[in-house]
Amino acid sequence: MTDVTAPVPSRVVLNHADIDRALTRIAHEILEANKGSQDLVLLGIPRRGYPLAVRLAGKIAAADPSVDASAIVGQLDVTMFRDDLSHQPARPPYPTKLPLSGIDNKVVVLIDDVLYSGRTIRAALDAIVDLGRPRSVRLAVLVDRGHRELPIRADHVGKNLPTSSSEKVRVRVEEFDSVNGQPINEVVIEAGA
Amino acid sequence: MKHLLSTENLGAADAIRILDTAEEMAAVGDREVKKLPALRGRTVVNLFFEDSTRTRISFEAAAKRLSADVINFAAKGSSVSKGESLKDTAQTLSAMGADAVVIRHWASGAPHRLAATDWIDAAVINAGDGTHEHPTQALLDAFTMRRHWTKLHGSESIGADLSGMRVAIAGDVLHSRVARSNVWLLRTLGADVTLVAPPTLLPIGVEQWPCKVSYNLDETLEAGVDAMMMLRVQGERMNASFFPSTREYSRRWGFDDTRLRALDELGLKDTIIMHPGPMNRGLEISSAAADSPRSTVLAQVRNGVSVRMAALYLLLSGDTREAATTSGAAGTDAARSEKENN
Amino acid sequence: MTETASGASTGTFLIRGAAILGGGAEDLLIRDGVIAERGTGLSAEGATVIEAAGLVALPGMVDIHTHLREPGREDAETVETGTRAAALGGYTAVHAMANSNPVADTAGVVEQVHSLGRASGWVDVRPVGAVTIGLAGEQLAELGAMADSRAQVRVFSDDGICVHDPVLMRRALEYVKAFDGVVAQHAQEPRLTAGAQMNEGAVSAVLGLAGWPAVAEESIIARDVLLAQHVGSRLHICHVSTAGSVEIVRWAKSRGINVTAEVTPHHLLLTDELVRSYDPVYKVNPPLRTASDVQALRAGLADGTIDVIGTDHAPHPSEHKECEWAQAAMGMTGLETALSVVQETMIETGLMTWADFARVTSTVPAAIGRVADQGRPLEAGEPANVILVDPAARWTVDPNKMATMGRNSPFAGKELPGAVVATFFKGHPTVLDGKLNTPYRHAADAAGAGSRN
Repeated sequence: MTDVTAPVPSRVVLNHADIDRALTRIAHEILEANKGSQDLVLLGIPRRGYPLAVRLAGKIAAADPSVDASAIVGQLDVTMFRDDLSHQPARPPYPTKLPLSGIDNKVVVLIDDVLYSGRTIRAALDAIVDLGRPRSVRLAVLVDRGHRELPIRADHVGKNLPTSSSEKVRVRVEEFDSVNGQPINEVVIEAGA
Repeated sequence: MKHLLSTENLGAADAIRILDTAEEMAAVGDREVKKLPALRGRTVVNLFFEDSTRTRISFEAAAKRLSADVINFAAKGSSVSKGESLKDTAQTLSAMGADAVVIRHWASGAPHRLAATDWIDAAVINAGDGTHEHPTQALLDAFTMRRHWTKLHGSESIGADLSGMRVAIAGDVLHSRVARSNVWLLRTLGADVTLVAPPTLLPIGVEQWPCKVSYNLDETLEAGVDAMMMLRVQGERMNASFFPSTREYSRRWGFDDTRLRALDELGLKDTIIMHPGPMNRGLEISSAAADSPRSTVLAQVRNGVSVRMAALYLLLSGDTREAATTSGAAGTDAARSEKENN
Repeated sequence: MTETASGASTGTFLIRGAAILGGGAEDLLIRDGVIAERGTGLSAEGATVIEAAGLVALPGMVDIHTHLREPGREDAETVETGTRAAALGGYTAVHAMANSNPVADTAGVVEQVHSLGRASGWVDVRPVGAVTIGLAGEQLAELGAMADSRAQVRVFSDDGICVHDPVLMRRALEYVKAFDGVVAQHAQEPRLTAGAQMNEGAVSAVLGLAGWPAVAEESIIARDVLLAQHVGSRLHICHVSTAGSVEIVRWAKSRGINVTAEVTPHHLLLTDELVRSYDPVYKVNPPLRTASDVQALRAGLADGTIDVIGTDHAPHPSEHKECEWAQAAMGMTGLETALSVVQETMIETGLMTWADFARVTSTVPAAIGRVADQGRPLEAGEPANVILVDPAARWTVDPNKMATMGRNSPFAGKELPGAVVATFFKGHPTVLDGKLNTPYRHAADAAGAGSRN
């Protein structure tokens, strides 16, 4: 659990309720685009994409009782596929955990918290190729802050946030983050240094 | 962690990070595509001044699974026929653009020399130096023990250490780099280590090591052991009065069939038998022991590739010093830098 | 060995206000190669004045144990470079060890080294003769011929290799009595040290380097003091390195055995902990020992059990040190750091005075080597082998700035106290203001060299 004490000026752009509403909307969009829950697999990208994927799976199961939420959600680690490995501090990769059904011929929805340069998603697409052959791959993100460096776009977006590249977007999820000891869900923009 | 030279100075956080990373690397071995692009475009040189096909192919497999280019440099030289100096070899490899040098050398401390001098700027991994250390062997042994230990307790292996595990290491401790690396690493991971050897094959000063020392294998087994590691007896020791005969050695310090049965009689049903290989069957270990379900010899070989992948990955992908801590704050920093490059 | 120096060639110097052996400040007038006068307020007329307030005047140091490498390894050191280093280090005489190539085991080789020393003119070079032919430990070299040669050898040693055959050692000890010689033993039992790389103990156990047990040194010393007693000979023990060796020498002296012992500066300061770096600059024979050995050596030197400092100055070309530990040559340079290291370990610790320093670096080593005109008191009429030391100086060791060709100083980067300001060799300043001046020209050689400054 990371206790956040804001060291720089920041403003909250999504609170707990905003995030929940956005995820509910995305869940319905996913079902609508897929014409139901058939063959859906949600793969969250560590760290914060995974809890969002779990929540989305829960919402899909709530909308379609035939769905077992835990059976359609997985985690896809992209660390080893990044293009900036030699410039970044090395960290141990997170586990990749696929649903038992695998991803062959499935509709894989990648879930991440923030879409920025697009490089993480590029790495995720490479990682998927080594694991199997989905019928299609879609992308859902909580926040799209712009500044893309690759020809990648999200299919489902919780909120489009115009930002300057000097600002930082922080997504905090109760699974990992807290403020003053209280678990928290929020999205904040921090002013650049 | 720029180099991996010894386990003596490897902290618990770094050791566990290597083992945890190795767990993820092991998962890759089960996939259809057993390859990761992490070290694409990086060059790993296997610099072997001493023959060791096993260790070399293990490192080679590890580097190739991470998509690194691998150059094998068999610079086998003896103290008699010196040939090219270590310095010249290192500078040659540096000029060829080596990012990592995996070095096996008959001289203790040779990897430290490579790391400490300005002969080469690459990351140095010690693949066994003289009678000093063999850190990746100890890491793969610890990895094997951790999997066994956590499975036995029904707990998660990621993040775990070896607290409470009783490990006995028997054989030629004096000349064994495997024993040294294991003693330091197992101490760091919280295991309880006993060395068992004839007094002639223990170094002067062993009483200051963080372990117990015994001359009696049977008493050690009776006291309870969760992992029994047998060390190889080198042929050249047999004619140098370290022990009277191989028969006497085998009877007193070998893991023979009687001792294999003793494990059952002592109720040590979960004790594993380990050996770094290559084995002298019938000398330090009987065939029945080596082939028993307790034996982890082949698992050790398999785990060696995963552990070496982890070491190569952690040394070659960026500056690991910043990420070396495991506090919550570091977790935030890692996530932050990840997002900034999103 | 007393030279008849020509006064014209060495000049007249007034050293004003130096602390003689660290005592009261007095003047020394040096003229015609001797100390002409000692006292206060001496006349400076006709003399070059050296203001020496704050400096200590000591007899020129005499090294009982130096490797000058010539002939044979002129890539490591020559008599010229080694003796320049010696002068800068405060020495006026060195004993050049016999392990050259060819080995100094004949009158011809020792005379060659002796001549090279005279030609260089920085210090007295006293060749040490080999005990056995080719240092092979099998057959006595012609000890008498070397003693009778122009080099007048009195110290015999197979240094680097132990005379381990007890019969051969007995014969050598007996034989050198004929010309008042001494056998300097390198105490190292060869079977116990086969392949040895460093002191055997806690550190070697961790580093996986083959151990060099203290008993390998001590057992030879114990045997040899008993042999020396039995045959009534003079025995010198080179570079004593362990607490046990000190104990044995102390016991032998208490029994009246005619034994002297030497310790190197590096064994007074450094320990085997340094080997953890695997840097071969710390590889030396005998090996660096433990902290308790260092303490015992200091105590032994202070109480007289150990008689002298010997540098065991052993320069090596860089390629013999820029390699794996096991491949590296053994040895360290020491001539230019000896005074500072002894000041640091013995004087600044309060264990010894400057008068004691003069005893262990000059008086006694000259006596062991039977060098008549060295190690003399600083009194009127004595040969002017004198050094001036600034005990307040502090300097950082930089091997690249040394006069020796060897760059293998284990003290590199270390700050040490004490600096040699001037060295007078036979009344001639070889070193002034801490820098090399000019060599002394022996009377017989000077004729062709023309007049000097």
